[in-house]
Amino acid sequence: MNLNKVVKALLVAVPVMTLAACSSTSSTSADDANTSQAQQVTETVQVETAEPVMSPAEQMRQKLEALRQENTIYFDFDRATIRPEFVEVLEAHASFLRANPSVRVTIEGHSDERGTPEYNIALGERRAQAVASYLQNLGVSAGQLSTVSYGEEKPVDRSRTETGFAKNRRAVLVY
Amino acid sequence: MMINLLKKTLILTILLLPVMARASLEIVITEGIDSARPVAILPFSFNGTTRPTENLAEIVAADLMRSGKFSPLSRIKMPQQPANSKEINFAAWAREGVEAIVMGQINEIGIDRYTVSFELIDVLKGNSGPNSQMLNAGKLVTSNEHLLDSRETTINGNQFRQYAHRISDIVYEKLTGERGAFLTKIAYVLVRPANEFPYQLVVADYDGVNEQILLRSKEPLMSPSWSPDGTKLAYVTFERRQAQVFIQDIYSGRRTVVSSYPGINGAPVWSPDGESLALVLSKDGNPEIYTLNIATKALRRITSHRAIDTEPNWSPDGKELVFSSDRGGNPQLYSVNLTTDTTRRLTFEGEMNLAGAYTPDGNTIVMVNRTQGQYHIAKMDRQSRYLQVLTKTNLDESPSIAPNGSMIIYSTMHGSSQVLALVSMDGRFKARLPAIDGQVKSPAWSPFL
Repeated sequence: MNLNKVVKALLVAVPVMTLAACSSTSSTSADDANTSQAQQVTETVQVETAEPVMSPAEQMRQKLEALRQENTIYFDFDRATIRPEFVEVLEAHASFLRANPSVRVTIEGHSDERGTPEYNIALGERRAQAVASYLQNLGVSAGQLSTVSYGEEKPVDRSRTETGFAKNRRAVLVY
Repeated sequence: MMINLLKKTLILTILLLPVMARASLEIVITEGIDSARPVAILPFSFNGTTRPTENLAEIVAADLMRSGKFSPLSRIKMPQQPANSKEINFAAWAREGVEAIVMGQINEIGIDRYTVSFELIDVLKGNSGPNSQMLNAGKLVTSNEHLLDSRETTINGNQFRQYAHRISDIVYEKLTGERGAFLTKIAYVLVRPANEFPYQLVVADYDGVNEQILLRSKEPLMSPSWSPDGTKLAYVTFERRQAQVFIQDIYSGRRTVVSSYPGINGAPVWSPDGESLALVLSKDGNPEIYTLNIATKALRRITSHRAIDTEPNWSPDGKELVFSSDRGGNPQLYSVNLTTDTTRRLTFEGEMNLAGAYTPDGNTIVMVNRTQGQYHIAKMDRQSRYLQVLTKTNLDESPSIAPNGSMIIYSTMHGSSQVLALVSMDGRFKARLPAIDGQVKSPAWSPFL
């Protein structure tokens, strides 16, 4: 009976904690809280009873995980047009955001290192805005979306090759 | 013999150590030394007990060489070591092609106090007169015509480097007729991805010595711009995960936010009168040029176009801005008159022209030109519209002009590193300032200090 109460309390607490960690874009301490909580769960919780009750939150977490895996949209040189191959990815993000109107996402716009840093900031913003308006057209509320452009300042590939440039011309959805 | 050698090695090691520890930028001249004018900087004589740690003659020689206009004679090629200007054998120096000699002495006058004097001597004038004597009103007098300048000053032990740059300024101005820019600084952003604070805002002497970190950040820093009095920097920081423009006093470290609108807050550039910043804001949907009065915070919107408008830069009289815009399909340079609001397209050559900046005389615009996919530094004469590409390096960006208009510092690639490089305004002299560790970007040359 007592154990059951603890389990129930945890069942409520865990998704809340998870959500809090998910909505945070930066801090590593939030991730730490998440893992330590998870460890506690494995030590004290009867997983069999927990699973069916947790499933909506768990499902959301899993979806979010899946979306995080596919969170990058790539662009052509000096362009901010969404290429057809990314339509499906953006539709998945849109349906998740529509279903979870309290979740916010930041769209980071980036460019490759060619051209000037200032022009690339503008280009990165165009890319982030292109993704934001695409999501809005799919019914996502503007209040859930924010954009920031880092231009050429945060490349993922510093090789300065065509392949590297292509990897850097991107917009990233950060939950 | 052995002891002597050991002594010499020790002295050399001791002399070199502080230099190596400090200089994270070391200049490598890549082109143009052969067109330079030969001069000789003699070692300064020293009277006293505690030798200064800095070598005046070496600093002056390095300055003059780096200007691209002079080629200081190496010490082994010097025909003599005269103790004073009366002992100069002009013919011997003229045979080496040397056109001017700098010589001087350092006298220790107290604890950490030194008197430094120097003379700048014109070898050709000294060589032309018979023993530099001439008739004046019927009397034979010693001519001082060959003496172009001579000065004496008293300094502390830690001011040798600064005074050496001062000597370079005087020599440069006497020999070229143009003000020297050796007593200036550069600001730049250093990126070391593996560091806890990967982005650093740095100020150094123009030659890379006396590097001082003004700010360390976990998020990108961009676009440093000097106030006209040389005491403050405006720059862009992403520390709040959005772009903001800050002004930081480089001596007190005091920082203030001047622009934090939604979207882009970018490309701040100080107006020549120091009262305003030109900057880029996208708060109304897309990037537009604004001017911001620093004291009143009053904003004035300068451009109004659905295209990208960015990279504003002031004309020296403060009446005009040059900026980049892709309103014509691809990015080109435009100018806007701040009184009449008239906008003109300036560049038509090349696939793109970006990052325009006026030279101090206002007659030339320096830019980044893209031709056949290559990004190079170029300049355009405002009257003739003749465009000349100055560099051959790779992925050139962020040109910044020395306050005397003689040189451009810019960011480029060397191997897989982003480094700073110099090119003279005529494109003949080129040098590289390699970083030992990290990527160096967004250089900004200070005003005269």
